[in-house]
Amino acid sequence: MSAALIELAGIERVFHLGDSEVHALRCLDLRIAAGEYVAVMGPSGSGKSTLLNLLGLLDRPNAGTYRLEGRDVTTLSAEEQARVRSERIGFVFQSFHLVPRLTAAENVALPMILAGIAPAQRAQRVARTLRDYGLENRADHRPDQLSGGQRQRVAIARATIMQPAVILADEPTGNLDRATGEEVMRLLEALNGQGVTLIVVTHDGALGARARRQLLMEDGALAHDSASPDEVKDACALPT
Amino acid sequence: MRTPDLIRFARDAATGNPLRSFLLVLAMAIGVGAVVVLTALGDGARRYVLNEFSSIGSNLVIVLPGRSQTGGFNPGNAVTSTPRDLTIDDAQALLRARAVHRAAPLAVGTSEISFGGKLREVMVVGTTAEFIDVRRLALAQGRFLPAGDWRRGVSEAVIGAKVRDEMFGHESALGQLARIGDRRFRIVGVLASSGQGLGMNTDELVIVPVALAQAMFNSNTLFRILVEATGREAIEPAKAQVTEIIKQRHDGEEDVTIITQDAVLATFDRLLGTMTLAVAGIAAISLAVAGILVMNVMLVSVTQRTAEIGLLKALGATGATIRNAFLTEAAMLSVAGALLGFVLGQAGAALIRQLYPAYPAFPPDWAVLAGLGTALFTGIVFGVLPAGRAARLDPVQSLSRR
Ligand SMILES: Nc1ncnc2c1ncn2[C@@H]1O[C@H](COP(=O)(O)OP(=O)(O)OP(=O)(O)O)[C@@H](O)[C@H]1O
Ligand SMILES: [Mg+2]
Repeated sequence: MSAALIELAGIERVFHLGDSEVHALRCLDLRIAAGEYVAVMGPSGSGKSTLLNLLGLLDRPNAGTYRLEGRDVTTLSAEEQARVRSERIGFVFQSFHLVPRLTAAENVALPMILAGIAPAQRAQRVARTLRDYGLENRADHRPDQLSGGQRQRVAIARATIMQPAVILADEPTGNLDRATGEEVMRLLEALNGQGVTLIVVTHDGALGARARRQLLMEDGALAHDSASPDEVKDACALPT
Repeated sequence: MRTPDLIRFARDAATGNPLRSFLLVLAMAIGVGAVVVLTALGDGARRYVLNEFSSIGSNLVIVLPGRSQTGGFNPGNAVTSTPRDLTIDDAQALLRARAVHRAAPLAVGTSEISFGGKLREVMVVGTTAEFIDVRRLALAQGRFLPAGDWRRGVSEAVIGAKVRDEMFGHESALGQLARIGDRRFRIVGVLASSGQGLGMNTDELVIVPVALAQAMFNSNTLFRILVEATGREAIEPAKAQVTEIIKQRHDGEEDVTIITQDAVLATFDRLLGTMTLAVAGIAAISLAVAGILVMNVMLVSVTQRTAEIGLLKALGATGATIRNAFLTEAAMLSVAGALLGFVLGQAGAALIRQLYPAYPAFPPDWAVLAGLGTALFTGIVFGVLPAGRAARLDPVQSLSRR
């Protein structure tokens, strides 16, 4: 098996709510190779978003190791994790998360501004990316002047501008109608076609079925993995 | 993040919420403006008093009869219960001192002036020709008292501008004979109007030869002797020499008080300088209040912008970047407020000068610098806490909140 892009081993994520403990993720082992297209599905509260946040280094596990491109990233400092996010990971959110006071072009440029890239290079890349996503006429529009589909296209443009290795999308079509959602998925899939690893959380079975690999989450654990249908078991549930 | 980008980002964030930014800038502006205006008032008062004193005459040494209370225990005082009076001879003797340029005796009392059926109570000053030079007074019309023997005197008087207006109206005062007390005097000069002044208002004076004033008040004592030293550095020698001469003439007793204008000036300078500082201190409190306001507004801003902060972190911003962005915003708002306050304060001071032209209400440089500096300092210091809080925000929590 080729070196995995993402390698999770024995991941635990526990939230404390008052006295009770919520096991959002338990005993998770997962390998995702570079260039894969993975759909994460499961009922509400099963830990999909928690998993995605962890993969995106927005959250740290309580136990277990996470290797990204062979490097253990759970032990990195906050600053180093920010760098990894900046250079290797792109996020697409259900509610777009555009900065309302910035124009489409400025929103797209934001990751490059944060990374300290020179303005000249920035302008060039922003212009090209906006063109790629059919947004060149919307460059100076603020998010509230854009339709939902356009907003999500801006968000995808922003997620790709730093040419990340992996794109994490949490219900990217959740706030869009079917046709627009379809269009957004095609954009993401096109990126995957260019070799970017794509991990999409979705409730929509039809959208999930388009992925080459489906993960089914249940109660914080992996209930089904289409890549290895036989060996799904719940080892951690057993007392050791 | 590059510095220009940081500044642009902070500016956009500040202008993205105009009301919040406006209130913040206003608070800062009021603080700085208060410092500028209040110190302008305080320092203006100081300058005003100093001006008034220098207009009395420079290099002035004033001799008062009687030992001043501040002189401490003096065996001479213990022996003689009443101090010896100052006389015209004493005044004339002072001219012998090398450091003394001029001297003018002063006898003062109130009397009445009447002319053409009009009667008015006035302050009568008996003095000599030297007075006008020692006190640096100017004449509007005519001439001053003639020089001559101090113990005699011609019946001529010089009147203040207000006395002239009230007694003579449209008529010419010069050459008129007016009764002052029980004598008739010829008016030979009118003093230039001096406006408000400390102590005696020369506009309401009538000046006559000292010998005639003493006769009028039936006394041969002097109210005080004004001495002009030969120069600024001669003030101290003049003081010593005057003391020595008076002591000789008064049987070895030092029974006069000598005030130099320098000492009076220094006292007032200190007093009013302290007042300005106190006023500046009070104004600085409003700056501190503004600083606390900056902190609160920025804290609210952090809360309002949690989603944005979480997003920035997801896009690769480090905690330091977030902190810098918020600090820059706080600093920029403070700078804007400080500059606006500076302009408002200067305008306020200018308005005061416009309304009261005699009052030199200029804010001192140190106060302006301190005001601006404190504004920036408080803005940034009070911005640290919100910025730190923003930097520590958990991106997952911030993003999940909608
Ligand atoms: N910050 C938190 N504090 C406490 N509990 C949390 C927190 N975040 C998630 N949880 C809990 O962890 C579990 C998994 O949450 P998660 O958001 O990953 O679910 P999800 O699969 O994304 O659900 P949905 O489909 O509704 O988005 C839930 O029971 C949730 O209540
Ligand atoms: Mg979710």
